[in-house]
Amino acid sequence: MARKIRVLIAKPGLDGHDRGAKVVARALRDAGMEVIYTGLHQSPEMIVQTAMQEDVDAIGLSSLSGAHDVLFPRVMELVHKNKMKVLVTAGGIIPEEDVPTLKKCGIAAVFGPGTPIEDIVKFHKERLKAKH
Amino acid sequence: MNYSTLAKGTLKGDRKAAARLISVVEDEEEGYREAMKIVFCGTRGAGVLGITGAPGVGKSTLVFEIAKSFRKAGKSVGIVAVDPTSPLTGGAILGDRIRMTDLSADPGVFIRSMGSRGGTGGLSLQTSNVIRILDALGCDEIIVETVGAGQTQVDIMGMADTVVVVTMPGTGDEVQSIKAGLLEIADLYLVNKMDLPGAMNTASDLKSMLDLVDDWKGWKPPVLLASASTGRGLDQMLEFIGRHRAWISQPERFLERRSRQARKEIYDLVTMEVHRMIESKFPSVKLDAIVRDVVQGKLSPYEAAEKVAAFAIR
Repeated sequence: MARKIRVLIAKPGLDGHDRGAKVVARALRDAGMEVIYTGLHQSPEMIVQTAMQEDVDAIGLSSLSGAHDVLFPRVMELVHKNKMKVLVTAGGIIPEEDVPTLKKCGIAAVFGPGTPIEDIVKFHKERLKAKH
Repeated sequence: MNYSTLAKGTLKGDRKAAARLISVVEDEEEGYREAMKIVFCGTRGAGVLGITGAPGVGKSTLVFEIAKSFRKAGKSVGIVAVDPTSPLTGGAILGDRIRMTDLSADPGVFIRSMGSRGGTGGLSLQTSNVIRILDALGCDEIIVETVGAGQTQVDIMGMADTVVVVTMPGTGDEVQSIKAGLLEIADLYLVNKMDLPGAMNTASDLKSMLDLVDDWKGWKPPVLLASASTGRGLDQMLEFIGRHRAWISQPERFLERRSRQARKEIYDLVTMEVHRMIESKFPSVKLDAIVRDVVQGKLSPYEAAEKVAAFAIR
């Protein structure tokens, strides 16, 4: 049987907007991936624990509340601490000037508003191809 | 590939190794059987509780509540939540964790979401392997949550010690409950969302269906009412789950149930093995010829099947 790509879509922090996260989740599902959605209001610890238990290939972090600059690096810190090999991307309302900091802590890509959904799917397929 | 390191890690309680091994088993990667042999020897006999029912009846919320009560009793818990895979794309949205978020950071809980991934026999085999991995990892109690639809459900539930079938008011008349074939598999019925109108009717419909069966061989499934989100009726349900556990644990009964499950699993594995042998060893040219004969009416499908099967068991 073919290796199935598993992706965790996560909503860290108190942000209550998950329309975008759900749209991305659906698109990845339609591309044949298994998508686990955490639901709202997750702590970085919960997200990393979930990613570990679910043995996902990728984590998509979504935030629209402005707390990304604290929460996303904390997720990355835990990912590294647990020596997890996982592709982490970010999406939501993230100002241009914050992108370099996020990338520096290991986030592979930041998908802002207006990103074509196919780009997100393509990115995951290409970056995770080595596993297949 | 050799996955024995993952299997050995699992036996030592390494959660990351167990998580990885589950993926290996789900993907049926070369060498997973060898790893499962090690896991099998390390199982400790965890209790397995199955929760099934139609989408939206409140299974995940119930699983969450039951898991919390196990945790309060000091037991570690494994949860396997199966959601349907799209037959068109092979993708799936696995969203059962949304109802269980309070447990994600609990080190005594391991939750794993699974896509049903199409296969029927294969599906149940993978699920039983995942249960074994969680057992070997050291979970005292394992809860399996699946959407109840059709015959495959009966398969999955063949792995549990206790099966709870969850329903809710307004899901159809009493004929539905015979149609769904659920009568044969439940050890306990739960009418959830008891605060909705018609809950008593649903419960009495179920009870009258159960009354049609004469011989329950010692355990007649109780019909209980509850409201998972408010907590009403949950204590009663837990008490009955405990009672059933005590009943099923009597040696000869336990042996009978486990023997039946083992027999089924062996049959499933043999079927899979035969499939594999035919797919990998039966010359495709020869198979093409047989297919052609059937299409042209020279050979009946029955004779064709006999020919192929004879090769496999030779």
